[in-house]
Amino acid sequence: MSEVSNNETGNHISYLRHQGKYKGILSWLLSTDHKKIGLMYLYSITVFFFVAAILGLLMRIELIAPGKTIMEPQTYNGLFTIHGIIMIFVIVIPALPAIFGNFFLPILIGAKDVAFPKLNLFSFYLFLIGAILGILSQFAGSGPPDTGWTFYVPYSAESSTNVIFALTAAFILGFSSILTGLNFIVTIHRMRAPGMGWFRMPLFPWSLYATGWIQVLATPIIGITLLMVIAERVLRIGFFDPSLGGDPVLFQHLFWIYSHPAVYIMILPAMGIVTEIFPTFSQKPVFGYTAILISSLAIAFVGYFVWGHHMFTAGISVGSRWFFSFLTFIVAVPSAIKVFNWISTMYGGSIDLKPPLLYAISFIFLFMIGGFTGLTLGALAANIQVHDTSFVVAHFHYIIFGGMGFATFAGIHYWFPKMFGRMYNNKIANIAWGINFTGFNLLYFPQFIIGIQGMPRRYFDYLPQFQTGHVISTIGGFILLAGLTLMVYNLVRSARKGAIAPANPWHGVTLEWQIPSPPSHENFDVIPEIKTKPYFFGSTDENKSK
Amino acid sequence: MSGQIIHTEHTDSETGKLGMWIFLFTELFLFGGLFLVYAVFRAKYSAEFHTAAAELNAFIGTLNTVFLLVSSMTVAMSLTAIQTNKPKLALFLVTVTILLAALFMMNKYFEWSHKFEYKLYPGSEVMRNLPHGEILFFGLYYMMTGLHAVHVLVGMVLLSVNVFKIKSGKVSSSHFLLLENSALYWHLVDLIWIFIFPLLYLIT
Repeated sequence: MSEVSNNETGNHISYLRHQGKYKGILSWLLSTDHKKIGLMYLYSITVFFFVAAILGLLMRIELIAPGKTIMEPQTYNGLFTIHGIIMIFVIVIPALPAIFGNFFLPILIGAKDVAFPKLNLFSFYLFLIGAILGILSQFAGSGPPDTGWTFYVPYSAESSTNVIFALTAAFILGFSSILTGLNFIVTIHRMRAPGMGWFRMPLFPWSLYATGWIQVLATPIIGITLLMVIAERVLRIGFFDPSLGGDPVLFQHLFWIYSHPAVYIMILPAMGIVTEIFPTFSQKPVFGYTAILISSLAIAFVGYFVWGHHMFTAGISVGSRWFFSFLTFIVAVPSAIKVFNWISTMYGGSIDLKPPLLYAISFIFLFMIGGFTGLTLGALAANIQVHDTSFVVAHFHYIIFGGMGFATFAGIHYWFPKMFGRMYNNKIANIAWGINFTGFNLLYFPQFIIGIQGMPRRYFDYLPQFQTGHVISTIGGFILLAGLTLMVYNLVRSARKGAIAPANPWHGVTLEWQIPSPPSHENFDVIPEIKTKPYFFGSTDENKSK
Repeated sequence: MSGQIIHTEHTDSETGKLGMWIFLFTELFLFGGLFLVYAVFRAKYSAEFHTAAAELNAFIGTLNTVFLLVSSMTVAMSLTAIQTNKPKLALFLVTVTILLAALFMMNKYFEWSHKFEYKLYPGSEVMRNLPHGEILFFGLYYMMTGLHAVHVLVGMVLLSVNVFKIKSGKVSSSHFLLLENSALYWHLVDLIWIFIFPLLYLIT
């Protein structure tokens, strides 16, 4: 396959320097270019991530010793609430579709932009407004919200803190998420390059497709639920208030009908990213293309019907409990299928252990720990034991941070040369990976152990017997934050000063590697015609078995 | 060459419509949450729901249903008019649709303010002394008709934009995606009302 030679040759102008109608900073802020919007998401999400990560570290410092260490209990309640709200609604749910989906979905399917570029910019601003409202909730009104990111009633209807700001923020962010999902679904339906049938589409777009449907069909439920809580607070409508005849468990149902599928909004695109990385760094077609694709759709579908496993101790009926537990075990199957496929993709390939692959492999490792402990939680009897303990905290951080987070790092190291047209320092990236991986496990693994021993989640104080675990965990927190800083430093520095990247540094075969780095404003001079399945690595032997 | 251009435009309108349909699905799910809550409490407090529903004025409700049904028809007719290149007729029909929507909102205003006179609104003294089922019924009544009224207002704004675009010729027999999508949205507003109406007004 002939590579397009160096960037900026001939009449090629990088999208980074493309000037549309507006000049200067406005050429970014008002740009409807999907790549620029993707980068604006990347920058704002990185900032919010570090804010929330530092809030998390403050909580860890508080927990280094029993009793009060650096803050009051009420401050701690505010911290875990805003840490959760920012991390979940501002970072983990939107990040992958918004950053990499925006940037690479059109390129991967051979299109010049998404279906509705203006709507895309509009969702970015909705996102920004929502995120800023979330931050404002800390300062405006009557004190930081202290309900936890789950807003459980009746407390969220009664708490005297500034809950309405946080609810509105989550509502607006949800609307932004709906519009992004809608945009991607339509883009995938209507904008694929000629010859790219559904089953010639790369797997990252497939995972975005599955994600898009969850965003569109589940998010409105949380929207109306949040509106009902707002109405409950402002107008004293008693939907969830037992003293007015309402039902608090009904809130939990409505909340998790969205918020469990939301977990798959987080993890499906992450799986899509590593699915792009394994073939490239093994120089081998992905193993089981159809199986991966179907498992994405299966996760999206079954994921709708497992929300009750968050409520095993809330007094729901025995029948529904075993039903939800059973489905929880079923939804683990397609995830396992993907893991087998990724490992089989590497098997017999010529593996090139670059930073993206390191992160992708550690994604599998951490995701499996997160997944198996998820089954522990999905089992009825075990759930009673570990419900609301730090075991749960460790479990979802392994899934969300170890899974989605590490996949994000994999993605940024994979696509960085394409996005910025420069290479990063491999050595520093490898060192940062090592620190991150060590720090992450030190931070969260002890929480499994003290969780099983009975350490509750969201507690400001604890019994002395848990202190060893907490100390190790806090040390891990510092190490992780150091690693993250090093990683971001490397990337930021390389975006300006790194060596010029070739069009195809990793010898990938999907469409983004067939155009210059960074791409031009229109992505493709000529819309490509697709004649093969994706991940077709020339005419080597392993392809014949496909 | 010109053939190609027509082809692209055709694609664009299909794309725009697909986007609108998916958006309408999200709207259905948004109201679906309220219908679910309605179902739960109706099952739990069915007798009190019946008593409370007697408070609502079925005549005004029926009148509003007629307004919306007719407006759905006029908006569909305006689309056909623009497609068959009769912009003046289309303009007239869209204006009638907006007027009918305004009548609906006026009725709603009188209906709500009538209840406010009796101090029958969430959080009021009167309301708090009602049995639980009735509190929830009126809570749902205000929430459902309120959210629906917001949608009526949004629909009116959309249709008003169409009025200007038809006048300036930007919505025409070859470019009618905006009117088509606004009409789709208006039908959704109508459809949701068709479910809200019997559930709240006719269960006595």
